[in-house]
Amino acid sequence: MTHSVASGKSIRFLYIASIVLLCAWVLGPLYLLAVNALSSPDTINQFPMNLIPEFDLESLIFFANFYGMLDALINSITVALFTMCFSICLGAPAGYALARFDFVGKELFRVIILMTRAFPLPLLALPLAVFFIETGLDDTAFGLSLVHTTLALPFAILITFSLFSGVPRELEEAAWTLGCNRFAAFRFVILPLILPGITASAIFAFVISWNEVFASAVLTIQNRTLTAFLLQNLDTAPLHLKFAGGFILVVPAIVFIFAVRKYLFAMWGISNR
Amino acid sequence: MAIIEIKNIAKTFGTYEALKDINLTVEDQEFMVLLGASGCGKTTLLRIIAGLESPTQGEVWIGDRRIDHLPARERGISMVFQNYAIFPHMTVAENIGFGLKMSKIPADELKRRVEKNAELMHIEHLLKRYSGELSGGQRQRVAVARALAMEPDVILMDEPLSNLDALLRLEMRAELKGVLQQSNTTAIYVTHDQVEAMSLADRVSVMNAGEIVQADKPMELYRNPATQFVASFIGSPPMNFLIASNTSNGFWVIENETLSGPSIAEQSILLAIRPEDVRLSDSGLPAVVRLVEPLGPHLLVTTDVGSNQFRAILDSDSQIQEGQKIFLKPNVERIRWFHPETYRAVF
Repeated sequence: MTHSVASGKSIRFLYIASIVLLCAWVLGPLYLLAVNALSSPDTINQFPMNLIPEFDLESLIFFANFYGMLDALINSITVALFTMCFSICLGAPAGYALARFDFVGKELFRVIILMTRAFPLPLLALPLAVFFIETGLDDTAFGLSLVHTTLALPFAILITFSLFSGVPRELEEAAWTLGCNRFAAFRFVILPLILPGITASAIFAFVISWNEVFASAVLTIQNRTLTAFLLQNLDTAPLHLKFAGGFILVVPAIVFIFAVRKYLFAMWGISNR
Repeated sequence: MAIIEIKNIAKTFGTYEALKDINLTVEDQEFMVLLGASGCGKTTLLRIIAGLESPTQGEVWIGDRRIDHLPARERGISMVFQNYAIFPHMTVAENIGFGLKMSKIPADELKRRVEKNAELMHIEHLLKRYSGELSGGQRQRVAVARALAMEPDVILMDEPLSNLDALLRLEMRAELKGVLQQSNTTAIYVTHDQVEAMSLADRVSVMNAGEIVQADKPMELYRNPATQFVASFIGSPPMNFLIASNTSNGFWVIENETLSGPSIAEQSILLAIRPEDVRLSDSGLPAVVRLVEPLGPHLLVTTDVGSNQFRAILDSDSQIQEGQKIFLKPNVERIRWFHPETYRAVF
């Protein structure tokens, strides 16, 4: 009896310790990044390190005025918006089909969706770059967003699939008997119900594109996205610029992912909390 | 006029025959109940009429229109679903008016019909609520009001009361019958609950394994079941079945009791007796009492007649103990006879 109580306690201790460790693993670097981004260049370079943010915006302002940064930011947003549109326009119909129709090879199709993520991008980068140069898609926001769409599409399909599965078929059938064709039933009944989830799926696609660095670095030269731009410039840049750049990249991604977290859980079939 | 004619409808899912050559006519303004155990094809048949499922073969006619090739929205039907299917992002008023809005009914007419049907179903005080704020019974009322607001020729209902608790089901059953009688629509109602079927229906179609076994008025089904299946399905407690052997033309013997019945050239015959159609007597079928259940107005007595279980409903004053030997005298006019191989009624 005492033994089991003791082992229960130690399991609980292990459990809490793991959680603390995992949180520290993720939050520690983020905290240091924030502290340094919000400190003046002088503070960053001094030793020992400062652990309390000064809320000095000098580094960030310097970064904002850095030559080419603004263009890169606009490129990043443009590519991410394209990716978002393509992922939803292609992913949502596929998700609907998976949720509502039985067809031959449905299970295989679902596996293949995930398999697309198994190809390492560097393997595809060279042939892609050659192909893009041949077709004139290289160095364009549109071309890059196509690559990003292939990365985001599996998630868009799986998220929308779970959304459509969550809407009872009877609601749609009721709409049909009440004078709707398939499109009107979708427009007036299904869409309003899944719109929050679609938004989340779109934001997730946006973040995937926003964070992607490899394809961006290979496929753009003049019109770099922010990630590619920072990769190119930061290894030679002073420390405070690195921190500011990293901060600017991380913050939108974290905010967005935090906002849509419950739909990402839904994608893997875990109930919404 | 909304006579529904179902002609030679069959439906197969892969190799599974869900419906086999169904023929059924539902008269104008008739209340038809499709009754059967789950998996007998009754819901599939309803969905084929609704246009939510397409038949493998056969035709569906409403009046002089053939509708089986039309999409659901053009069939002039309304449907009430088992899980209500209330749109959760719309208020009750918007739900009831949804179909009217889709049909481009003018706003003032729409408002009038929403209010009229809400009043009819006693939900006029809930018009601004969302389905999440309603109880199961209230949702059911919204679903019926929404179907009626379309003023359809035909209203289809798929086990609409099965998700309600027992007391509410009784209340809604009576109300539904009244409302549908006033509305002058033809109704097809699917249920597995024989009490519901008997109390609501003008006619009941008993279905089994993808076929309509018998379509008749409730009391006809009860008194004159066409097959042994119907006899065993309708009535609670169910009919008692015994096998009797042929003695001479038209006389059948069972446990030394001779009964006069139909004359057929078979060695044996299956006979069915309702539990309430026997009385205690000094002679008759010898029975050993196994269980006595007092039900208030009468006793439900479970006995063994020979090696067969036999249930009898007896007067509550009867002094009967478990283990006692009694004699049960059947009311010969009420006995139904079934062919021992085809299980069809013989007279």
